[in-house]
Amino acid sequence: MFPSGQRVRVKFDWPETRGACHIRTPHYLRGREGVVERHLGRFANPEDLAFARPAAQRDLYHVRFEPPAVWTEETPGDVIVVELFEHWLEEVA
Amino acid sequence: MNILQTDSQKLLDGVLALLSHKGIVTPDEITARIASTDAASPAQGARMVARAWLDPEFRALMLRDGTQAAEDSGIPMRGLPPLGVLENTETVHHLVVCTLCSCYPRAVLGYPPFWFKSAAYRARAVRDPRGLIGEWGTVLPAGVHLRVVDSTADYRWMVLPRRPAGTEGWTADQLAALVREGDMIGVTIPTIP
Amino acid sequence: MSELPEDLPRAHHDMGGVSKFMCEAVDTSRHALNDFDRTVDALRGLLGAKSVMSVDELRRGIEAIPEAEYHRLSYYQRWIRSIADNLLARGVLSEAELRAALEDV
Repeated sequence: MFPSGQRVRVKFDWPETRGACHIRTPHYLRGREGVVERHLGRFANPEDLAFARPAAQRDLYHVRFEPPAVWTEETPGDVIVVELFEHWLEEVA
Repeated sequence: MNILQTDSQKLLDGVLALLSHKGIVTPDEITARIASTDAASPAQGARMVARAWLDPEFRALMLRDGTQAAEDSGIPMRGLPPLGVLENTETVHHLVVCTLCSCYPRAVLGYPPFWFKSAAYRARAVRDPRGLIGEWGTVLPAGVHLRVVDSTADYRWMVLPRRPAGTEGWTADQLAALVREGDMIGVTIPTIP
Repeated sequence: MSELPEDLPRAHHDMGGVSKFMCEAVDTSRHALNDFDRTVDALRGLLGAKSVMSVDELRRGIEAIPEAEYHRLSYYQRWIRSIADNLLARGVLSEAELRAALEDV
């Protein structure tokens, strides 16, 4: 389990290109680094629930990101906080 | 023609007729469900906010366990997604969006408003949040950082706004009457009319 | 990474930051729900409560609507389409009986 403050990277993965899927990791965060704010609990994996398949419980985290640098509309210091499942996150040393 | 492209009202009527015939969902159940869903409204969330402004213990509970705080306020939460509460402070303002669909704290605020479900809101909230809330005339004071919460998974999020200055001595009812739907999503800030 | 996130192969419902909506005003006015909207909403709630169909399955069915139709349909029109799609996929209803029922309504 990731502790609060852990730097993580969202997997740069595109299941959309491999057939029918349902994922709750927004495209604009794929491959981006953020910081775990806190563990939110364990929840059934929506990627399986969406197809009425047996769904394992997965850790869910609140993760904080700086907006992508290519978006120029933001004010410095503003952040985006997103719920992400453990299997989308990789530890950053 | 793909059967799913049938006119929506007709498709609904056909599905309802079959489900009723099969005993899966009856017309009476639909009527009762509409009545109970209609009963949820932003007034419920507003009462929680007013109570949090007056009662530090309830405020602490609300921030620690929004689901329990809602239950304590008479809102049944059993079987519903957990409620998370985001506290606005002198230096932090929160804005809630669901960029993937329309996740909304329905238990405490009722049906999501039209704008919350719109493509423009969903797209702009994470990229141009200050421009977006400007559409409501909302301008954050200098030095306030914005945290945009993209509601992507199992929680539902509401904002605990700041109590407006000039409301000292107000009752819970008076305070609750100030709090609007948008204040609890972060597009507006409570003000004295 | 100089390309925009949206240049990557996102799904059309995945709208965060997508440029084509950046200049679109938000309609902040209140839209009342009509009977159709309320009935679809109630039906989805009941199907969830009875474990006939989950909210995740509803979402998957909405995301499966082709992009042009997704944007043309209203919010609850997407829902009833997804509900029907899921009930057929799960075998709760057969296509033959749904076609017959549509003749009758």
